[in-house]
Amino acid sequence: MERVPIQVRVNGVEYRHEVEPRTLLVHYLRETLGLTGTHVGCDTSQCGACTVLLDGKAVKSCTVFAVQADGLEVLTVEGLSHNGLHPIQEGFREKHGLQCGFCTPGMVMAAYALLQEHPNPTEEEIRHYLEGNLCRCTGYQGIVEAIRWAAERMAAQAAD
Amino acid sequence: MAYIGQAVKRKEDYRFLTGRGTYTDDLVLPGMVHAAFVRSPYAHARIRAVRTEAALKAPGVLAVLTGEDLAQEGVRPMPVGWLLPTLKIPPRPVVAKDEVHHVGEVVAVVVAETRAQAEDAALLVEVDYEPLPAVADMRKALAPGAPELHPGAPGNVAFTWEIGDEKAVEEAFAKAHRVVRLELRNQRLIANAIEPRASLADYHPGTGEYTLYTTSQNPHVHRLMHAAFILGIPEHKLRVVAPDVGGGFGSKIYPYPEEAALLVAARRLGRPVKWAARRSESFQMDAQGRDHETEAEMALDAEGRVLGLRVRTLANMGAYLSLFAPAVPTYLYGTLLSGQYRIPAIHCRVTGVFTNTTPVDAYRGAGRPEACYLIERLMDVAAAELGMDPAELRRRNFIPKDAFPYPTPVALVYDSGDYERALDRALELVGYRALRQEQEALRKEGRYIGIGLACYIEACGIAPSKVVGQLGAQAGLWESALVRVAPTGKVEVYTGTHSHGQGHETAFSQVVADLLGLPLEDVEIIHGDTARIPFGMGTYGSRSAPVGASAIVRAVEKVLDKARRIAAHLLEVAPEDLEYQEGRFQVKGVPGKAKSFQEIALQAYLAHNLPEGMEPGLEATAFFDPQNFVFPFGTHVAVVEVFPETGEVKLLRYVAVDDCGHQINPLLVKGQVEGGVVQGIGQALFEEAVYDENGQLLTSSYMEYAMPKAPYLPAIEHDATVTPSPVNPLGVKGVGEAGTIAATPAVANAVMDALRPFGIRHLDLPLTPEKIWRALRDKAPVAAD
Ligand code: FES
Ligand code: FES
Repeated sequence: MERVPIQVRVNGVEYRHEVEPRTLLVHYLRETLGLTGTHVGCDTSQCGACTVLLDGKAVKSCTVFAVQADGLEVLTVEGLSHNGLHPIQEGFREKHGLQCGFCTPGMVMAAYALLQEHPNPTEEEIRHYLEGNLCRCTGYQGIVEAIRWAAERMAAQAAD
Repeated sequence: MAYIGQAVKRKEDYRFLTGRGTYTDDLVLPGMVHAAFVRSPYAHARIRAVRTEAALKAPGVLAVLTGEDLAQEGVRPMPVGWLLPTLKIPPRPVVAKDEVHHVGEVVAVVVAETRAQAEDAALLVEVDYEPLPAVADMRKALAPGAPELHPGAPGNVAFTWEIGDEKAVEEAFAKAHRVVRLELRNQRLIANAIEPRASLADYHPGTGEYTLYTTSQNPHVHRLMHAAFILGIPEHKLRVVAPDVGGGFGSKIYPYPEEAALLVAARRLGRPVKWAARRSESFQMDAQGRDHETEAEMALDAEGRVLGLRVRTLANMGAYLSLFAPAVPTYLYGTLLSGQYRIPAIHCRVTGVFTNTTPVDAYRGAGRPEACYLIERLMDVAAAELGMDPAELRRRNFIPKDAFPYPTPVALVYDSGDYERALDRALELVGYRALRQEQEALRKEGRYIGIGLACYIEACGIAPSKVVGQLGAQAGLWESALVRVAPTGKVEVYTGTHSHGQGHETAFSQVVADLLGLPLEDVEIIHGDTARIPFGMGTYGSRSAPVGASAIVRAVEKVLDKARRIAAHLLEVAPEDLEYQEGRFQVKGVPGKAKSFQEIALQAYLAHNLPEGMEPGLEATAFFDPQNFVFPFGTHVAVVEVFPETGEVKLLRYVAVDDCGHQINPLLVKGQVEGGVVQGIGQALFEEAVYDENGQLLTSSYMEYAMPKAPYLPAIEHDATVTPSPVNPLGVKGVGEAGTIAATPAVANAVMDALRPFGIRHLDLPLTPEKIWRALRDKAPVAAD
């Protein structure tokens, strides 16, 4: 099969590869770059386990071709923090927003995108925003509490 | 330094939160190739021929294995691990050869250099099917003249089973003041762990050793089944590793055909072979859950005391028997029908039925949710018919707290309980009296609030092995632990349980750190690899705390006992003269005379000065077989509003009061309850696996199968009471399934309570807007209709 050159910046690192046009972004991240934090939970773009940020916007990386990321910037869970945990990750730990951890990278990235757009969401807004992310373990409550916790922590940090 | 009982934050979180967890699909081995499965599109068909030539010529293809090939390799059918007396066991092949019995059954496996090549080539395998009449509905399967699935199971009956005293029940009904009847379905569900199943099989031609990395809740069970029963190789030649596993809920307990097929493919090719299920494959092939049709009758006296209960259940087994499937609608269901109530006479008869659907097996709760849903719906219907408050009717029938241990008429002896306390607490939290008044007032305004109760009981930590053996289990239900102390006093704990979200690494560390008086960081919990852990039974049925942690306690006690003898020897006193506190053995009354745990550990390995005849080293293994099950319980209350114009249900409140005995870590308990409740709400309002009459699964993706999602759920308010279990050293009971068991009847009762003014007595689950809307339309047709 023909291969197409792409150039993508992932978690601040510039990559150049040749990919089959049918390669999905999630497979490019997981298999070519070995960034296995981004997970695959479905084949219908419903579960959100594969959520990453593409040029700052949350996308389901199982619905985007790698070639569509050409020239763009990708942020995955591995790139969220460099030493220790990002406040969102800390919030998940604090409020027990994860159990098996499989949906977690997608949840964390969705939460990150939400808090970029709405730094101070209500519980209802958080639940609404998470409609595209499935979690079978937590009943979502810990996740919602985690995102509220993170919003407060981030606001306090911004104020300092 | 007391950790037990503290909401310690999880040790495992860092790797998951940073994307450094290692799930099966993340693994890459040198030379790894990929498999794709060819699956039956028919629910029932004869296989006339499987043509593989075109697939074999496709780019990258290395092998195509059919049922014929596996038969030649000596691969045997999938085993069944729970034998009921009347059970018929039709052979379930790893890869179908002559006939397929459900959609998604494996017909061939294709291995290629890349996953895409394997999937492309799978489309080129030509299977010549002769479709046969299929039957997906249990009643149709039992009707005379129905298509039969298996020659060895005439009339599609897998088994008949009964429990209780039929005559005593007849007598109870003869003297009843009132008999309440209810027919209900417990619909079929799909476990849907968010991580799809995945496996990576490796074979070493030099040593003849296999390694199977797989999504398993119990690696030793997988090893035993695949090695001894399916492949026919010595167990020591197969290592099963279940790395991080993304949820299970029962669906990852069982060995599956795909795993065996991958092991054979790896042997043939001498290369590691990986497969990660697509979600659509999970829908078709993961063991599904529930699926009962029941007729029940309850006899009551004039005061509302239950005199007797009669239950007739049809249980859909699907096309074959999955590993533990026969246990679920029998010993995990019939034995729980007493609920929290003193019922003098119970009789239950269950017929297991084969249909052309995916096999069922244990799904979160397994049998107990079906029993609890039945009894708690009956309680509400009875209360309505007697004109009593549903809380009052329950209270009147509770087993009193001084009656424990309490033997029910259906085999079990409840260990401990205080049901009224949990009910009282739940009613207080929800503000029951005020809510009932509010409900009245709102009804007058045309708004329909419903309040639903579920007083649930769960049986978990299933044991003792001798008893379950008499009931048909082909396994002991003890658990193992190995506690190994390093020369520096750091401790490794190898457990036979398996964590796939429950947080064992944290909870078990808390237990060990407390017992040894060490900091949490000095303890490491290891699980999930048959090459490292002792033989163990894994995690399901909420057994990890009551059975798994108890085994750890026993092993730690052995270690401490040896350490004490070494300390006594070094301090030149008798072992009884020592007290162990905060990680030190100290001579009683002589504060300066002491040895730390670390010093003893070092001495144990230096072995320069040990008591006469003592072996060096400091480690111990224990196998814990409890004397009985444990029975967690509680009361959950759901408050809903139903909108008659649309049939929609809005959850307004959810209150959970649970009693799982002592809690090792309240944070983990809260997590288990919240997650469980939402799965139970899923059954009540959203989820159902639907087959058409030809056995096609209509809900075969997340587009059709409605999962609970964040916006449709309320915050869960909870509290706990503590009634310790007398049957294990920690006084704990399991809590993993409690929420799932309780939430379904709580929500169903709430919705039916809201619909009472419309004269609707019962609707089957899930209570979708459409179902409610239709029911209301039938009751009160609108003029414009
Ligand atoms: S894997 Fe992308 S949405 Fe499920
Ligand atoms: S933590 Fe397991 S699916 Fe969300």
